Amino acid sequence: MSRISLKVNGQQHRVETDPSTPLLFVLSDDLGLRGPKLGCGMAQCGSCMVILRGQAVRSCVMPVSSVGNDEITTLEGLGTPEKPHPIQQAFIDEGAAQCGFCLNGVILSAKAALDEKPHASDDEIRQALGGVLCRCFAHVRMLRAIRKYADARKV
Amino acid sequence: MSVSRRDFLKTSGALVVSFSAASLFGSYALGQGPFDTHRSHIDPAQLDSWIAVSADGTVTAFSGKCDFGQGMLTVQTQLVAEELCVPLQSVKVVQCDTAMCPDQGTTSGSQSTPTNFNLRNLAQAAATAREALVGMAAKQLNESANQLTVADGVITGKSGRRVTYAQLIGSKRFDVPLNAAAKRRSPYRWTVLGKSVPSLDRVALMTGQYEFVHNIHVPGMLHGRVVRPPEVGAIVSSVDENSVRGIPGFIKLVVRKNFVGVVAEKQSQAIQAARQLKVDWGPGRKLSPQASFFETMRMQPSEDSLLVDSKDVEDHLSRATTVLRATYSYPYQMHGSVGTSCAVADVKGDRATIWSATQSVYPTHSIVAKILALPLDNVRVIYVRGSGCYGLNGADTVSLDAALLSHAVGRPVRVQLSRQDEMAWENFGAACVIDQRAGIDQSGTIVAWACENWQTSRGGRPGYDQPGNVITGTLLGYEPETITPQAATAPKEQVRNRSNAVPSYFAGCVGDQCAGGGNIRSERVLTHEVDSQFFTGPLRSPLRLQNTFAHECFMDEIAAQIKTDPVSLRLKHLRDERVIDVVKAAAKAAGWESRPSPKPSTQRSGTVSGRGIACVAYEGSNGYAALVAEVDVDLTSGQVHATRFVVAIDAGPISNPDGLRNQTEGGILQGMSRALGERVTWDSRKVTSFDWETYNSLYLDLAAPKIDVVIVDRINVPALGAGETAITLVAASLGNAIFDATGMRLREAPFTADRVRAAFHAPASPEKAS
Repeated sequence: MSRISLKVNGQQHRVETDPSTPLLFVLSDDLGLRGPKLGCGMAQCGSCMVILRGQAVRSCVMPVSSVGNDEITTLEGLGTPEKPHPIQQAFIDEGAAQCGFCLNGVILSAKAALDEKPHASDDEIRQALGGVLCRCFAHVRMLRAIRKYADARKV
Repeated sequence: MSVSRRDFLKTSGALVVSFSAASLFGSYALGQGPFDTHRSHIDPAQLDSWIAVSADGTVTAFSGKCDFGQGMLTVQTQLVAEELCVPLQSVKVVQCDTAMCPDQGTTSGSQSTPTNFNLRNLAQAAATAREALVGMAAKQLNESANQLTVADGVITGKSGRRVTYAQLIGSKRFDVPLNAAAKRRSPYRWTVLGKSVPSLDRVALMTGQYEFVHNIHVPGMLHGRVVRPPEVGAIVSSVDENSVRGIPGFIKLVVRKNFVGVVAEKQSQAIQAARQLKVDWGPGRKLSPQASFFETMRMQPSEDSLLVDSKDVEDHLSRATTVLRATYSYPYQMHGSVGTSCAVADVKGDRATIWSATQSVYPTHSIVAKILALPLDNVRVIYVRGSGCYGLNGADTVSLDAALLSHAVGRPVRVQLSRQDEMAWENFGAACVIDQRAGIDQSGTIVAWACENWQTSRGGRPGYDQPGNVITGTLLGYEPETITPQAATAPKEQVRNRSNAVPSYFAGCVGDQCAGGGNIRSERVLTHEVDSQFFTGPLRSPLRLQNTFAHECFMDEIAAQIKTDPVSLRLKHLRDERVIDVVKAAAKAAGWESRPSPKPSTQRSGTVSGRGIACVAYEGSNGYAALVAEVDVDLTSGQVHATRFVVAIDAGPISNPDGLRNQTEGGILQGMSRALGERVTWDSRKVTSFDWETYNSLYLDLAAPKIDVVIVDRINVPALGAGETAITLVAASLGNAIFDATGMRLREAPFTADRVRAAFHAPASPEKAS
């Protein structure tokens, strides 16, 4: 056990944990965040996604000790119910979900990809979502929401 | 257990609609049908209530049908708001909590809408409440009830005088029995129902605030993990507790017969303990080899049913101009929820509360009481949404896991399954083999058709008393439900096509009752249930999809054999107007070009394209759809790429058109993933498809086809299910489109690139026509 300091969604946290603990469990169990979720624990589905150093990364296979001082952004860190982030708003407008379990991976992967490359083509966006699984298959709406968000931020 | 229903209703004033006058509703209210509303285990006078209008005018409704992401919470809220003429925001629906809600069995089988949106249950309760309030207003305003109008919870008389629901109720309490004669609001006047109200969970979901069962935190909660057998049927020889003693945070090892689990302070510690625990397992059962599995299925003892038999099929086949035969095979498939199943249990002394994503809160309530030997009334199961389930995923079994572990430590325990435990042990969708034979006369009319179907079965939903139907119960020593080999007897009852074992084109005659959708009168359907080596259970469109795949592809084979357009051959043999209408609507919207399949082509490489159609009367009469698929097939790689789907769907009056579209779009793509890649695999002892590398699902990078949804809206008919209709047609429409493009008939799903390539480049001789 050691004391680890983490910056998550603009707030500094201190947790007592084994440094090898996957970041996911610190976020979901110690900090009570609802965005990142355990889907597979093997970096195969994207449910545990967070944004770290501008990249969408899978927190289920990342030891908490490897985060260092960099800030972590989770789905609830993008916007609030009262003031959703524009990409969240696009998903709301398009009704782009069924059960919604996968949204964390979908929205964060798309956002990170578009932050890096604002003019990404549809194919590039799809590629960025290559490791993200939605078993309700709300794909059509999700891709439409992402396109809408991407187009709106270009102008 | 802080809030009981009794506490909730102890507000100052309320109008409560209850089932207390059971005689009025007799068979409806207390019917013990598999999908209907059951008598509850707790005092029915208190519990079997549906709706409370409180003194402030807000409405609380209690439903035993829950929202897994299919939008049921939103449409039930719309329903109550519509019938009570109150704003949507005034209605709160409490769903699937055994302490609060009527026992509506399981939320499944596309039955929530038929059960709660027609002339009974929730819809009728809401209509009863409105009529009761209007009656009270009539007295108070001294006007006749039919002169009054209602909007936004305000009743206005012809005189212009007004009274609100809140004023009518005041501080008094009114108990109103459910009135079977209360009139539903006419769909022509709907203002809330029938509209694309945005799903109520949307903002919370998109902003990461939504509480899934995975997010439930109970004070003092510990984490558990289970240790499942390494092979099918293996049992525990010994468990070495010393192997986990040193793990930080380790609390307890729990062994009950073959159930093994660990509890620790933190989730990662529980995972470590489960991995490190040394268990000696005896050898498992030898599994039947996958390569010859479909052949093996036919040889097994079976429980047979004859659904329809005109007894003249052989005679007609012997006299037909052409007889066509084909065999279709469909593999075991998984629910494969993206999040592994999770539940939280708090068992202290003789009381238990379970937070569960089960589709069956009341049955689970019974099962938990049984395995923990607790009084039924001391158990409460609260539904909290999990990852989309599509049927019986691991939600039931993990609820039992959590209950067992919490019971053992006397503290709340959260259990989330590992990916492998979820996928290797879930109740798979059944494998099926279906033989088809049809006779055609000189005019191109189908004169006889026989289907013979083998389907695997073991376990399933635990229901109220069969814990052994899922893995946890079996490990505890309960037996799973299995088949009883027996020969079929002659069909006696009218055809109920619940599993779509009967093709839509059959007249479906038993005695002088012809309940089928078509006009083929020489007909026979024989089904064989055989024991499964794995657990099976309902997976979205259970058996309906498998059967429809075989029927609708075979119909296409017949059309090709007689060089007829597949749409016109279907129309010629259908007589159910609703199926006919969806076929026509889909063909029209797709711009269907009338011609026989396959499309003439001499191309041997590169990409070819084609189109295919399939249609269904889901469960015989619970939703109608026709689907046109357009595909590109890369002849070199064997890759099938669907470019467009056009579906026409008729589900009666539609509660929420956008919700229906969402379900239909998702169903089509899920069906495409199942048709093109998904298949459970195994070796001689165990399941070998246990994660997303070994089980082949489509990901979000798929080049999504364009999907056009045509809603055939019907107002003056009962509301039907809609969540499973479209998916039922996908494998068939894709198989037909691949045939149209390539001339190759694929009779075994999934249509993987390897199979398509192999079929095209080394064509096996097509099944013989004689």
